[in-house]
Amino acid sequence: MAAFGSFALLIALALAAYNLLAGALALRLIATGQPARISPERLADTARRAGIASFVAVTAAAFALIWSVFTNDFSITYIMEHSNRALPGPYKFSALWSGQEGSLLLWAWLLAAYGFVLRLTHKTDVKLYAYAGTILAAIQAFFLMILCFAAPPFALYQGAIPDDGNGLNPLLQYPEMVIHPPMLYLGYVGFSIPFAFALGALMMRYPGEKWIKVTRIWTMVTWLFLTCGIFLGMHWAYAVLGWGGYWGWDPVENASFMPWLTGTAFLHSVMMQEKKGMMKSWNVWLIFSTFLLTLLGTLLTRAGLVSSVHAFAQSSIGTWFVVFMGLVLAVCIFTYVLQRSHLKSEHHLESLVSRESSFLFNNLVLLTACFVILWGTLFPIISEYVVGNKVTVGAPFYNRVAVPIGIFLLFLTGVGPLLPWRATSFRSIRRNFVLPSIALWATVIVCFAVGVRPWKDGALDQGNFYALVAFAVSAGVMTAILSEFLRGAGVISRQTGRNLIAATWLLTRRNTRRYGGYIIHIGVVVIVIGLAGAAFNRNIESEMALHDKMSIGPYTLENVGATQDSNANYNSEYARLDVYKDGKKQFQMTPEKRVYLASEQPQTMVAIHSVPEWDLYVVYEGTNPDSGQPIIKAFLNPLVGWIWAGLVILVWGTAIALVPSLSPASAVVRVPARSAPTEPAFKGGIV
Amino acid sequence: MRCASTGVWMKALQAGALAVAVCFSMGATDASSRFNDLGHRLMCTCGCAQLLGECNHVGCPESGRERNELTAAIAAGKSDKEILNWFAAKYGATMLAAPTTEGFNLVAWIAPFAVFGAALLGTVLLVRRWSVGKTLAATGADSASMDPAERARREKIRRDTEDGGF
Repeated sequence: MAAFGSFALLIALALAAYNLLAGALALRLIATGQPARISPERLADTARRAGIASFVAVTAAAFALIWSVFTNDFSITYIMEHSNRALPGPYKFSALWSGQEGSLLLWAWLLAAYGFVLRLTHKTDVKLYAYAGTILAAIQAFFLMILCFAAPPFALYQGAIPDDGNGLNPLLQYPEMVIHPPMLYLGYVGFSIPFAFALGALMMRYPGEKWIKVTRIWTMVTWLFLTCGIFLGMHWAYAVLGWGGYWGWDPVENASFMPWLTGTAFLHSVMMQEKKGMMKSWNVWLIFSTFLLTLLGTLLTRAGLVSSVHAFAQSSIGTWFVVFMGLVLAVCIFTYVLQRSHLKSEHHLESLVSRESSFLFNNLVLLTACFVILWGTLFPIISEYVVGNKVTVGAPFYNRVAVPIGIFLLFLTGVGPLLPWRATSFRSIRRNFVLPSIALWATVIVCFAVGVRPWKDGALDQGNFYALVAFAVSAGVMTAILSEFLRGAGVISRQTGRNLIAATWLLTRRNTRRYGGYIIHIGVVVIVIGLAGAAFNRNIESEMALHDKMSIGPYTLENVGATQDSNANYNSEYARLDVYKDGKKQFQMTPEKRVYLASEQPQTMVAIHSVPEWDLYVVYEGTNPDSGQPIIKAFLNPLVGWIWAGLVILVWGTAIALVPSLSPASAVVRVPARSAPTEPAFKGGIV
Repeated sequence: MRCASTGVWMKALQAGALAVAVCFSMGATDASSRFNDLGHRLMCTCGCAQLLGECNHVGCPESGRERNELTAAIAAGKSDKEILNWFAAKYGATMLAAPTTEGFNLVAWIAPFAVFGAALLGTVLLVRRWSVGKTLAATGADSASMDPAERARREKIRRDTEDGGF
């Protein structure tokens, strides 16, 4: 199977190379109009078909690796290092991305799959898709070259083949790890598509903005995958690492967050290009930057440039990535300089206080956040290079610098949609901002009333202060968004006789982009509320003998014994803790500690009881070697569940935004005979 | 009249600055909150990449000793700066969870705000420059050059996204 897999990768590389070369030649012939022995259109089509065949070949290679994992083929070094016989089936799939070679193969396969879809749908715009397909083939060829020559996943084990493998890293043996990396990679890899379209459109001086429409859909889907990937990673860190948090500003976490920020900026600023023909250069560079940041993320993760708890696979492929990133940047700059006259804006801003300028500021803040994270991630390297002194840039740095930026961004989330396009009047501002402002200040008063104070022991409490501001701004933003829904739904309700819920649904369906976007913003607000809850986290740690008790918040935990279990993969110890509230037993929690047999590494399995107010989060840290008693650490983490609920809302909003709006003609509206609706009511939006 | 107005603003600013200064300077914190605060400004050196105050390994070879050292330093009446300097001298600068505000490390703190400030200023200047310029639309240049299908498509987008959303 190793030979089959290696051969499949070589064939895939040859096909991708043909796609690149033949595609480039055909496009060149078409662009220059030079006579040739073969029709350029036919040549371009053979290139496209080679791209499709390349997908089949990479699929065969991925299948070969999975087959090898499942058949315990330890003659392959990768399988020996990342799997073992007792590894449960789902985690054998995880072995595909637990190491560098496998994860690069997954990257190549996903890229080929995206390319497959793109090439099958080429009739949307044959020439643009030919450009995008050729650029995609270049990226694909790069990854396949690494797989064939620098990090081969089918390299054979040297020496006597062992009976069993080393097993999978225990940190990765968690259900979310079966879907988190593929999601994240779908996001990372997916940004290759908008990049290919943007670069292709610029190369061919694509007339009009249709490519933006195509790119926007790909970007939204990709952005959704990346968002889900990031949040699944947060949940994994929360449930597995056992420190009570979900985001540690680790370099690898940062690496996934940076393209998310630039991708989000693109999704906003692209509206300026669609509506006003503005910010063309800006949008092109946002997509270029997003793609480059995905490569940088991979470089950070895989090349060990910065130390990280998430860098499960590191080696010396950094040089390949640096060279490739340099090449990509050079091509982007060259193409931009050559074609920049094609990117002139058609309109200019008319007012500092307008929707357009709010998009500009939104982009400014998102990119500043991206810069801060990039700067913080790379500063240890810069410091070591400049003054020979390596430093740590951890959570305290980001909490001071990035959190205020995040709150300002949240503020813009509320303000932007309230501003009309082009220009606004003081009267309009007053009308739109009264309710949100009332909600904001009412929240401040309520927070003070329930004891949330921005100071503690006479000193400013940074966490509480940010939490208070976040709650208040969230209330203002939520009010602004809901009032937008109510205003539109009220008009439809009055004119069609529908109840408010049905009217809201119809309103959303009539303009899915706008109201899907609002739902995404609601999701963001809910997430921010959840994040702000971290300021009020509490924890307690205690050694607990049998029937000892510990209290945290309204809960009392009693140790009612321990138990052990073992299977072919690991041995485990559980602490059994009865949880009481108001003197009544509510439930039992069983935090666990495992020791995996193949790797002999320990791993905590946190017990979490989640309710809307908070999570009761219990870690069994092991036993005190002197007393033999279990050590239990309990956390009460307020509002964590809101983060995951916010993600669900965000996904729902994105799905709605991706669905085409009902056109006025197809919007079947039940109209009472007496009240004939006016024309604007059928167009959606504010009338 | 103008002078009086300026005076009121100056007084308001002074009062605001004083309030902020009072908030920051009232630092009568107890030992446990100082331990918690400093524990979150130091890293555990065992390689777990966690803050000292959050390191949760049973049998961690470093965090127990380092926490005891922190407790002792607070009990000895050392200032926060002295404690942080002592840990950095003993375990290296990587023990500090964030760069200091001295020497080259200061750049780490200044750069984000400098970039944000420059970008903000640039954006405001850009918007102001654009807002005083005449639009191409006003000259009719774009509408004349745009084909009807493109104009209709853009009009649909304009309708779809009117007043916000994605």
